[in-house]
Amino acid sequence: MTRYLHLFRRELQLAFRQGGEIGLALGFFVLAVVLFPLGVGPEAEILRRIGAGIIWVAALLSAVLSLDRLFAADYADGGLDLLALSAMPLEGAVIAKCAAHWATTGLPLVLMSPFLGLLVDLDGASIALLALGLLLGTPALSLLGAIAAALTLGARRPGVLSSLIVLPLYLPVLIFGAGAVEAGIVGGGARPHLLLLAALSLGALPLAPIAAAAALRQALD
Amino acid sequence: MSGLQSWAQMGGYAVFVWPAYVVALVVLGGIAAQSWRRYRASIRDLNRIQRAPRER
Amino acid sequence: MLTYLANPARFMRISGVMLPPLGLATVAVLALGLYLALFVAPPDYQQGESVRIMFVHVPAAWMGLFAYLVVAVASGVALVWRHPLAEIAAQAAAPLGAAFTLVCLVTGSLWGRPMWGTWWAWDARMTSVLVLFFLYLGYIALVNAFDDMGRGARAGSVLALVGVVNLPIIKFSVDWWNTLHQADSVFRMGGPTIDPSMLWPLMIMVLGYLLLFKTLLLVRMRTALNEAKARALRLAAPARAAEAPPPDATPVLR
Repeated sequence: MTRYLHLFRRELQLAFRQGGEIGLALGFFVLAVVLFPLGVGPEAEILRRIGAGIIWVAALLSAVLSLDRLFAADYADGGLDLLALSAMPLEGAVIAKCAAHWATTGLPLVLMSPFLGLLVDLDGASIALLALGLLLGTPALSLLGAIAAALTLGARRPGVLSSLIVLPLYLPVLIFGAGAVEAGIVGGGARPHLLLLAALSLGALPLAPIAAAAALRQALD
Repeated sequence: MSGLQSWAQMGGYAVFVWPAYVVALVVLGGIAAQSWRRYRASIRDLNRIQRAPRER
Repeated sequence: MLTYLANPARFMRISGVMLPPLGLATVAVLALGLYLALFVAPPDYQQGESVRIMFVHVPAAWMGLFAYLVVAVASGVALVWRHPLAEIAAQAAAPLGAAFTLVCLVTGSLWGRPMWGTWWAWDARMTSVLVLFFLYLGYIALVNAFDDMGRGARAGSVLALVGVVNLPIIKFSVDWWNTLHQADSVFRMGGPTIDPSMLWPLMIMVLGYLLLFKTLLLVRMRTALNEAKARALRLAAPARAAEAPPPDATPVLR
């Protein structure tokens, strides 16, 4: 257990040392949300209608942008080889890395989302559903993103390629996350959506590391 | 002649039906043609290599 | 049987024998199917002649899905049993599946416009098929993204398996999303039940598309094996050329 905590802490330290990385994802998140009212028009009714969707799409795109942080640096300097050779199972290392990735990408998005909700004129209950949905769904984004990041190590143009690969994986998260807020507004009850989001993250927790570790082993061969 | 014309007009839906068939023909025919051309090229290429330094 | 067919040389022999009759059957069945679809099948009492689009659209949808299953199963076999032809089969099937899916999307749009009044509808089926198209593109892109072809093939296998798990999840979530938004019409393909006079042309076209897939799959697999052999020979050729005298250095009697 301590090995995983060590890896988790190391990843956190690295992320904080290059503090710009966290700020970059967050900055992109805010910028993407800000762009929409400028493109769509400032009428509150329209913004309220599409606001949750905008914020979720922006969260997805920020997650996609941050994926290369997961494995690329370690792949380049040999740290990944060391991880693979260590006594820790590679799947476990993937989980530890995803946990750190979530702490430095997903969690800041969750914390920033209420403010962005205000920008698109969402009411308090909707903001709560938005933030809760992001909280439940962003772990899935990190876990599923790890698959795409691992598959594209050493590929030509890994950034564009992992976006193409990962976005179909993100679709259900987007649908249920934005749907939760919508259901809250319409009055149908957001609980099924939130439960499905939790199910996606919990389902991804054992399965995604298996696929990602398999892909990492292929990259290291 | 009018029978053929009315058939070709597809009850007024010609602008949808015929492009649909054309698209199917072009895309499927296209991938068939591409697959076949590349196949023939691979045979030619392989024959060329197998003929050349085999004399020993 | 899998191990029997695993031998590439044996595959080349068997597929070489199968190919001509398979190709002929494809052309014959498709010709018959087109004749039935365009001339024999009656117009629909609701949709009129536009229902004829169904005969090129529905088979394309089925083959698009079927091809993805082929890619997924072949990828699974490649990862688990390391069957030498499995990766080749998967990579051969993917562009075919993408082509069928593209036909499905475009013809579906052309069918939808007169039927529902809109070029596109975000219902579960159409959205899932659109996502399927992107799954194909992602697979093809990934396989071709590496200088080391073996790495590309192995990465593609993992992606194909991830995708086949993802596809039903996506279908389910888009279904859900549609019920939430109370999508108005019921987008049922071809109406409530298909009249037998339309069922036969449809089945013949499905068979024709299936034969086309099978034929082109064998063609592309044979191509891949030829190209692999040519590459291997080229790598060995410089060594051979160093041993054997160059072809034009035959001694000339003066």
